[in-house]
Amino acid sequence: MNALDVRELRLRLPGTARPVLDGVDLTVAPGETVALVGESGSGKSLTSRAALGLLPPGAVPTGEVLVDGRDVLTMDAARLRELRTGRAAMVFQDPRAAVNPLRRIGDFLTESVRLTGTMSAADADRRAVELLDAVGLGPELMRRYPGQLSGGMLQRVMIAAALMGDPVLLLADEPTTALDVTSQAEVIALLDRLRERFGTGLLFVTHDLGLAAAISDRVYVMYAGRIVESGPAEALFEGPRHPYTAALLSSTPRLDGPTGRLAAIDGQPPDLRQELTGCAFAARCRYATDLCREEAPALRPAPGRPGQPAACHHPLEGSPADV
Amino acid sequence: MSEAAPRTAVPDTAALEVTGLCRTFGAVRAVDEVSFTLPAGGSLGIVGESGSGKTTTARIVVGLERADAGRVLVKGRARAGGARGRAERLARAREVQMVFQDPYLSLDPRTSVEAALRETLRLHFPGADHQARIKELLDQVGLGTRAAEALPRQLSGGQRQRVAIARALAVQPAVLVLDEAVAALDVSVQAQVLNLLADIRERTGIGYLFITHDLGVVRCVTDEVVVMRHGRIVEAGPTATVLDDPQHAYTRLLLESVPRPGWDPDRIAAARRAL
Ligand SMILES: Nc1ncnc2c1ncn2[C@@H]1O[C@H](COP(=O)(O)OP(=O)(O)OP(=O)(O)O)[C@@H](O)[C@H]1O
Ligand code: SF4
Ligand SMILES: [Mg+2]
Repeated sequence: MNALDVRELRLRLPGTARPVLDGVDLTVAPGETVALVGESGSGKSLTSRAALGLLPPGAVPTGEVLVDGRDVLTMDAARLRELRTGRAAMVFQDPRAAVNPLRRIGDFLTESVRLTGTMSAADADRRAVELLDAVGLGPELMRRYPGQLSGGMLQRVMIAAALMGDPVLLLADEPTTALDVTSQAEVIALLDRLRERFGTGLLFVTHDLGLAAAISDRVYVMYAGRIVESGPAEALFEGPRHPYTAALLSSTPRLDGPTGRLAAIDGQPPDLRQELTGCAFAARCRYATDLCREEAPALRPAPGRPGQPAACHHPLEGSPADV
Repeated sequence: MSEAAPRTAVPDTAALEVTGLCRTFGAVRAVDEVSFTLPAGGSLGIVGESGSGKTTTARIVVGLERADAGRVLVKGRARAGGARGRAERLARAREVQMVFQDPYLSLDPRTSVEAALRETLRLHFPGADHQARIKELLDQVGLGTRAAEALPRQLSGGQRQRVAIARALAVQPAVLVLDEAVAALDVSVQAQVLNLLADIRERTGIGYLFITHDLGVVRCVTDEVVVMRHGRIVEAGPTATVLDDPQHAYTRLLLESVPRPGWDPDRIAAARRAL
């Protein structure tokens, strides 16, 4: 059974002209690391938050979001609370915003399992100390306050907190964006070790393609609320099939890329107040044809590359060099 | 640190010359004997982690922070002190302009883009007609007339950063200090802004002091780079040389920390603790 199974998830928000998530399909297997990449506003966070049943006010969802086989979209409040303290947990971008500065780390870690009565206070403390150790922090932190910790340390506390309920699914939404590059490596190394040790499925939300390539088994690329391409990280970065994936790659300043001007993508993603016919990327795509503007392309695999579907009428099938 | 010693034979046309800068906050030496030179029309990157002293250095250069010791020369003239009267003070203020990470915080929420530019121009060049110059600035940063009439909140992050750049360019500075100015932007917008900055430098000869934690960005937009750690410069040189053949262990750590396929975060974490 998959840790996460999103099927045809469609989400409408009040006052918009088209669904903000438009038929998202995505899976995370137990012990697998999956990256969801895309630019600001593409719907990454909405997708990952939906796995916890966290929907914006007024949102109307259709489709299925199965965590460990159970549909989150049909759960009542009690079930959802149980889900969030147990099978699924989330690590956010800014750890400082997610803690109460006036409460000790120990209380923060044990609060949810104590409130739901899943563990006794003593068991909760023991588990918290064990997890602090797993994230490389000492038991003395239990008595410290958030203000006494660096950003990197606090993010490790957040990861420990997320693991308190033994989740099958860990959602990490830009968990290292607020950190320095070297602490980023430390947090990633940690997530990876824990995933291996506890068999947790990890959905990693990021706009950093390099990071996605570095850490994940599989990658989903999202544009304007749709998955436009997915596949094994290496294949996708070596030979992107969707023009948007290719354009993102070539507009990223890299240490091993060419110097000089970047191949920037002109324009901006479509506004939510604007209805879309055809491919959402057409206005910015150099390969766009009339067909693209009229008919939305479905996600289809390439002959001989079954694992790398792309939603494009004219996918790039050449070698990466001539993209 | 010997690498940080003032260099000799600097042509007096340098846009910016910083020598022996020091600044202590309590017990922390935020900036410790920092020296570098930005040639006219050049682009110099400062890299390092948070707390390494990058931003304090930038703030001293801009005049938002004072130094305990050291000297900042802009086009060969001392930056601090000695200005006589309002006109000269304004002229000094003009020479170095800063663009921040979050342009939203530096823009007046009630003032349209065009009005903000007009206000800046009026302050620095009173009496002139600014309509043509405003048009030119908007063109230069790729903003149309629709954006010109908009309020900051009606603009995207990339558009707001263009406004901040236009406003900085309005006063014809010798040096533009960019502090993580593209860090908050999406890659596609970041690429647009980086290309724009390259175009502007080519056309105007303004020198850039580019503060960033992103080595890919440094490689893309700077000629020279200094690496800071704990307030000190640990390595400096032409960007290509420093990135291709780093001499200091900390520079190597920074380079290895950049995620890429085959990346080994465990090794980086170990190297970080060892350093
Ligand atoms: N609570 C909400 N109410 C109304 N609109 C929302 C809400 N949350 C998100 N949106 C809209 O939904 C779209 C997708 O948002 P989402 O947060 O998923 O993007 P994202 O891909 O995570 O972007 P980022 O990289 O900026 O985090 C955006 O247009 C956003 O403005
Ligand atoms: S469907 Fe057409 S417009 Fe869309 S990405 Fe493919 S080629 Fe470009
Ligand atoms: Mg998000």
